[in-house]
Amino acid sequence: MLTKRIIPCLDVDAGRVVKGVRYVDHVDAGDPVEVARHYDEQEADEITFLDITASHERRRIIFDVVSRTAESVFMPLTVGGGVREIQDIRDLLNAGADKVSVMTAAVEKPDLIVEAAQKIGSANLLVAIDAKRIDNYDEFLSRARKHKRKFPSTAVDLESELAHWEVYTHGGRIPTGISAVGYARRMAQNGAGELLLTSMDRDGTKSGYDLALVRSVVDAVNIPVIASGGGGSPESLAAALDDSPGGGGAQAALAASIFHFGEITVPALKERLFELGIPVRRALVGNN
Amino acid sequence: MNQRPSIALIDYGAGNLKSVAKALDRSGLKVEVTSASEKVAKADGVVLPGVGAFADAMGKLRDLRLDESVRSALDSSRPYLGLCLGLQLLFEESSEHGSTRGLEYFRGQVTRFEEIAENSVKRRVPHIGWNLVHFRGSHPMLRNLPDKDYFYFVHSYRAVPDDKEVIVGVSDYQEQFVSAVASETCFAAQFHPEKSQAAGRRLLDAFASWVREA
Repeated sequence: MLTKRIIPCLDVDAGRVVKGVRYVDHVDAGDPVEVARHYDEQEADEITFLDITASHERRRIIFDVVSRTAESVFMPLTVGGGVREIQDIRDLLNAGADKVSVMTAAVEKPDLIVEAAQKIGSANLLVAIDAKRIDNYDEFLSRARKHKRKFPSTAVDLESELAHWEVYTHGGRIPTGISAVGYARRMAQNGAGELLLTSMDRDGTKSGYDLALVRSVVDAVNIPVIASGGGGSPESLAAALDDSPGGGGAQAALAASIFHFGEITVPALKERLFELGIPVRRALVGNN
Repeated sequence: MNQRPSIALIDYGAGNLKSVAKALDRSGLKVEVTSASEKVAKADGVVLPGVGAFADAMGKLRDLRLDESVRSALDSSRPYLGLCLGLQLLFEESSEHGSTRGLEYFRGQVTRFEEIAENSVKRRVPHIGWNLVHFRGSHPMLRNLPDKDYFYFVHSYRAVPDDKEVIVGVSDYQEQFVSAVASETCFAAQFHPEKSQAAGRRLLDAFASWVREA
């Protein structure tokens, strides 16, 4: 059967890993290529680079990082951050990324995903959603109406469902007035091959994934969902990946600090997930 | 043999070939990325990779007249390896974006996974991630491989061969599907050995040994 994936994520700024990676003794922990190699050796299921380079002219550094990574690891690599046009997707794939993640541009240009799916294919195309629980529904509604005026064809029909989470763009700075669950459904229809769903409420807190959010999106779409934000213990990853009704039911879990600070290795985590009943890829025993 | 056997890695503009080239090189093969028929004709082994859409890939192969080189490579005794879309292209026809004829080396169709639900667990398409491949049969590639291994998959379509004897690998995704097919001179995988860490290396090492022996 298809196993559940564990995906370490690195934030990369102008070619260097940020938010510190402290677990490694003998490698340059600031070099994303070295860190990717380390996770390849640990048999992580995939790796994700999120390019947070703010300065436009330093953006091209990521291509060199991706290219060198593709030459040194034999695992799937997803790259996101700053992807605006179809050409950006192509450039990253040509540099050696296996999947490219699109966030803000997918909100601002609703046809981008449709066009990218047709030209490049869905399998390499990931839509990233930063979602935050709605505290003030009136403020959300006023943003939603504004959004609807701007994008009448793609706005979520707010009459038909109550929104609990709102999509944010620009690295979580700007609320959009878009319901996260409806947006997820629409991106899947538009041709996204996979969703990377981050709970902004939980991101960086290690308090566990937002299981209600994960479950709502997982139930709304027929494409794989990667849960992100809040992963702090093997138990929290297991909850996000658990297919039973109380669990998130995600196909993959993305995490950063739990790995980077050496709290647990990927193999040890998978051993624990296996004990918790989650189907993960482990070394096969008794082969031959 | 001291000399590294030569491999023509066919470049028909369907995506990045760096990982495949690097992985074949690591297994001791001398890789030339090429879209030239004469190079495909001369190499000790031929690899047809591929990501993207079936019709698009078939069109590009025809435009570059590589469909003929691939067919003659398949008819020669030189080992041939097809990867992902490179497996699907070997079949008669695909239903991706309408209906498109393939290279017609194997009989059968390429069709999309249906999105079904079983015990409330949905089958999500694309099929993305690590799945077990159970190998079967006595193909030379399989001699030094474990009888099962985890490989990395990314695909929405899969081949359904008419002829069950060509099946050398099966996997389970809420139904049993064909993850590897082979003939005497050809081996093709639906998964990505170049992305499959140690298991991928084992498979490409087996391909390299096969090329050396052929």
